[in-house]
Amino acid sequence: MTLLVNGQEHQLRLDNRATLLDVLREQLELPGAKKGCDHGQCGACTVLLDGRRVVSCLILAVAADGSAVTTVEGLSAGQGLHPIQEAFVEFDALQCGYCTPGQICSAVGLTPEETGSLADIREAMSGNLCRCGAYVNIAAAVYEVAAAS
Amino acid sequence: MKPFVYERPDDPAGALATMVRPGVVYLAGGTNLIDLMKLGVTVPDMLVDINSLPFHDVEEVPGGLNVGALVPNSDLAMHPAVRAAYPAVSQALLAGASGQLRNRATVAGNLMQRTRCLYFQDVDKACNKRSPGSGCDARDGDHRELAILGASPQCIATNPSDLAVALSIMDATVHYIGPHGAAAISVHDFFRRPGDRPDRDNSLPRGALITGVMLPEMPIAATSVYRKVRDRASFAFAAGSIAAAIDVRDGVVQDARIAWGAVAHLPWRAWAAERLLRGAPATAENFARAADAELSGARPLRDNGWKEPLLRNLTVEVLLEMTS
Repeated sequence: MTLLVNGQEHQLRLDNRATLLDVLREQLELPGAKKGCDHGQCGACTVLLDGRRVVSCLILAVAADGSAVTTVEGLSAGQGLHPIQEAFVEFDALQCGYCTPGQICSAVGLTPEETGSLADIREAMSGNLCRCGAYVNIAAAVYEVAAAS
Repeated sequence: MKPFVYERPDDPAGALATMVRPGVVYLAGGTNLIDLMKLGVTVPDMLVDINSLPFHDVEEVPGGLNVGALVPNSDLAMHPAVRAAYPAVSQALLAGASGQLRNRATVAGNLMQRTRCLYFQDVDKACNKRSPGSGCDARDGDHRELAILGASPQCIATNPSDLAVALSIMDATVHYIGPHGAAAISVHDFFRRPGDRPDRDNSLPRGALITGVMLPEMPIAATSVYRKVRDRASFAFAAGSIAAAIDVRDGVVQDARIAWGAVAHLPWRAWAAERLLRGAPATAENFARAADAELSGARPLRDNGWKEPLLRNLTVEVLLEMTS
C-alpha cells in the first residue's frame, strides 16, 4: 500500500491490524503524533488525513491506502513555523507538551465555521484533552490565528 | 487484536457477496468498531471496508433528502439543506463526539454504533448483549447512565446515538440492500427494545448493507431543536437529550414531535406525550403533564432515577423556549 506522508510517498507492507498512528510512529519514525488513550478519547494522536483532522489511533493504516497524511512534523515550511505553532509559542499554550502536536494538528484542521468566536473554538477543540489544563492559552492562540485570517 | 482478513470491494455486490460467512463485519469510519476490536468486544474474521462504495452524497429528491450511508457526520451537520430543513439533525450531530471523530464517522456507522454500557465494553463482565446468556452485571452495578424506559430483565443498555434521536422525530427511513434486494425500514422499526434478544441492536437482516437514510419532507422540522445534557460541556455522551418539533397556533398545539435520548435501548419517541399535547394550550403545565405521561412507564433502577426529573425539566424548558 501507499501513504503520502508530509509530502513524501511511502510504499509499505503492513499487518492489517496496524493503526495509522502505529505506522507513523513505529515505521515512519514520526513520533509527533502521540499515543495517549489509544481509544479516540484524548486527541493526542490527531493528524490531518486528506486535509481533515482525525484521530489516527482509530484508523487502520490499510484503510488509509492512497491517502495524504500531514503530521505535526509536516506543518512547518523549512525553518519557519506554521502560524498556529507560532501562536502556541507566543501565547505559552502548553506546559508539558505531550498533547501539543495533537492540539496543533486539530487547530490547523478547524474549518472557518468552527472559529467564529472563542466559545466556538473551545467547543471545536473539545476533542483534545490537556491534563496540564492549558486550555485558556490554547484557545487564545487558536483564536488569534483565526481572527487574523 | 486477533488477525483478520481485510477486503475493500468497489461495488455493493462485492460487499454483499462477502456476507455469506459468519464473522464478517463492514468497516466504514471505524471510530467505534476499531475501538471495540481493541477491547476484544468485536472479534471479526474479516473486515469488509465499504468506503469505496458509492453512497457518499446528500441529494435533494422529490419528497425529501436522501443521505448517503457514507456521508461523514461533520459534512451532514454542515449541509445547507440539513441546517435549513432539519436543524435538529445538524444540532444532534454537532453535539456528538469530537470534531476529529465526526470527520471520520459516517451516517450509517452512527446508527450501527454499539452501546457504551461499561459492562458491554469489558469482556471480563457478564453482558447478555455481548455474550448472550451470560447475565447482566450492570443491573446491580454501575448503571447510573443506563435505561429507565423499555428495558428488559436481560439488558438495560442505552443507545448512544444523538443523530438517531433527531431522526426519530423526522420519521426517517433507513435504506439497505438485504438478502432479498433493496429495502427500507422506518427508523422506529430499525431500532428495537432489548427484550430477550439484547444481542440484537436493530432489526437489520444479517449482512444487510445500509445505503442511506431518507429524511421525508416535513415543514414542522424546519424549526426543530436538539438539546443534550451531559456531565461536561462537550465531548461526552448524553445524560439525557431531546429532539423536538412543535407547531403552535393561537396558543394551541397543532402538532408536536418529541424523542428522548440516553433513556432506552432505542431513541425513545414520546408518542404518549405528543398525543396529550395535540389540541392542548401550549403552557408549562401541559408540557410537564405530557412529559409525566411519557415517564409513567419508567422503571428506574437504584442509581438512575435522576433521569426522570432531568427529562421532564428538559422537555418543559425546550418546549417553552420553542413556543415563547
